[in-house]
Amino acid sequence: MDYRVIPTICTYCGCGCGVGLEVVDGRVVRTLPIRTNPVNEGKLCIKGWNVHEFIHHPARLKKPLLKHGGQLEPVSWEDAFDYLARELSRIKETYGSDSIGFLVSAKCTNEDNYVAQKFARVVIGTNNVDHCARL
Amino acid sequence: MAGLAAAFGSGAMTNSFKEIEDTECIFVIGSNTTVAHPLVATRIYKAKAKGAKLIVVDPRKIHLASFADIYVQHRLGTDVALINGIMHVIYKEGWYNKKFIDERTENFEALVEVIDKYPPSLASRITGVAEEDIIKIARYYATSETSSILYCMGVTQHATGVDNVKSLANLAMLCGHVGRPSTGVNPLRGQNNVQGACDMGGLPNVYPGYQAVNVPSNREKFEKAWGVTLSPNVGLTVVEMTNAALEGKLKALIIMGENPLVSDPDVHHVEEALRALELLAVIDIFPTPTTDLAHVVLPGVSFAEKDGTFTNSERRVQRVRKAIEPIGEARVEWAIFQDLATRLGYHMSYSSSEDVFKELTALTPSYAGISYERLDKSPEGLIWPCPTPDHPGTPILHRGQFARGKGLFHAVEYRGPAEVPDDEYPFWLTTGRVYVHYHTGTMTRRSFHLVRELNEPYVEISPEDALRLGIENGEMVRLESRRGYIITKAFVTDSVKEGLLFMPFHFAEAAANRLTASTALDPIAKIPELKVCAVKLSKLEPQTTVAA
Repeated sequence: MDYRVIPTICTYCGCGCGVGLEVVDGRVVRTLPIRTNPVNEGKLCIKGWNVHEFIHHPARLKKPLLKHGGQLEPVSWEDAFDYLARELSRIKETYGSDSIGFLVSAKCTNEDNYVAQKFARVVIGTNNVDHCARL
Repeated sequence: MAGLAAAFGSGAMTNSFKEIEDTECIFVIGSNTTVAHPLVATRIYKAKAKGAKLIVVDPRKIHLASFADIYVQHRLGTDVALINGIMHVIYKEGWYNKKFIDERTENFEALVEVIDKYPPSLASRITGVAEEDIIKIARYYATSETSSILYCMGVTQHATGVDNVKSLANLAMLCGHVGRPSTGVNPLRGQNNVQGACDMGGLPNVYPGYQAVNVPSNREKFEKAWGVTLSPNVGLTVVEMTNAALEGKLKALIIMGENPLVSDPDVHHVEEALRALELLAVIDIFPTPTTDLAHVVLPGVSFAEKDGTFTNSERRVQRVRKAIEPIGEARVEWAIFQDLATRLGYHMSYSSSEDVFKELTALTPSYAGISYERLDKSPEGLIWPCPTPDHPGTPILHRGQFARGKGLFHAVEYRGPAEVPDDEYPFWLTTGRVYVHYHTGTMTRRSFHLVRELNEPYVEISPEDALRLGIENGEMVRLESRRGYIITKAFVTDSVKEGLLFMPFHFAEAAANRLTASTALDPIAKIPELKVCAVKLSKLEPQTTVAA
């Protein structure tokens, strides 16, 4: 049995509590509060204590999906990227860069957000980048 | 954010969480702290135990209200009138901090001119708060050695959101309660990394580090770093993108980990907009009402499957560590954009999240001194601004001087909410969170223990209104606004006053945002007025079919 506790940060609210994810054989089974984290000092709220519960939920999206005849159907990453690259190029050429918009995410990491906004500004050429900070 | 940035030069929390414990007077307005930020609420309790005074201002009798030294229920959307009234008293009584105002601020005369017009009698008429309570709040806040303001979406999600925040900044500067430990104006950010997403330039007007896109020297800096020519035009905000899609100007939308079909105002309108797009691509970890409408859906990973950093509400940058491999074929979001960029002819070759972090810190002055190495060494993370590798971080902003130099007072007049009750739609409706759920419920509603606590939508109705309309606790009711209607369960409670209704917005099956309006935007921040709309309420007749 492979058991480890990985120190990380809760994904729910803006507090940013330190949590230890207990992992058994590649599955997150429990959440522990981290005592040395200055935000939560060993405490957690009910959402935090249960933050591991959605990770392995069966409804997780596991493959790219492409709409076909009104239905989303599983496809390979290759096919999904081909479709996206083709459509983005077509729309950019036909309507211009500012016809494309991006919603980045207050749930994702700084690194995700940095690369996403860079993609919008550099690859598409638009500043149409926002997220739900206002919501 | 725009309001604080205009007054102080930075839109973030001015002080850190821990300092709240030692605050003499805590002023909580528009924040249901125990529900939305539980670990901030613990600091309020600790401060109370040390003898702090607690002021709570909220239209709903939230949990904190029962611990407050003074609690007032003001009418929805009357924050500016209330704060102007409080400042009127502070000025007239001479409780303001003249030295601070002289040395650290500008435009004080304009403030005095405005607050002069808001004696407690007028403020009381507008807000419904008793005159003696306004005077008491003024005295507690102004005469304590350290006073701290905590606020959240109850202040910002209004058509006057920026005005509300400017008023709070005025109040803090008037009393010199900023730039010292245990003081400040502190917006509690709703999402784990909303601060970081803003810091990283996830906004239409700025590059990473709040460097404006329309300032030529900033543009040149990023053009040089990224090796391309960049657009000088400020982009569209979320709600503007929705409108542009309906007008046929926006043709494609790429959404990463957001669910606007539940979170945004007037969801009918959002749905129409998303359907009008030629391309809707969504990256998410679960199917949502938004992915249902997408042409292509890409599986992203949860926080447990990635390395990276989150920046919390107090500007603390902390390490996120990968605990397990991605589920199925899911991929880390930044890597998805990297692959797509390369396909579209712009080569990106980050080998790790640390690689990305090194690039972004080189371009973001407030993050320049932060590295994975430093974050891994300390369990505390680092609070930006952290400009150099030996800088300890900056828990307290605006010490000595404001980020913009002098603090700027704004003369803010009260403007009522965009939509107010009338004969046809006689109730005020406001929205918020419950303790076990989070935002649109994509994650919490897939969590066994949280679902067991509570898993259905409801509307809070005052006992007086329930009696008058013959509505029993637990009965189904119909709520209708000018945008649409929903059917949900009645929860009769005295946490709302007569004439006011409250709904949590987590539940797609009776989405509160079917009722809210997207037309009333704050003119500067473009924040929709999610916290106020007018509705009618009726008992559901037995023969009506449930089709919300």
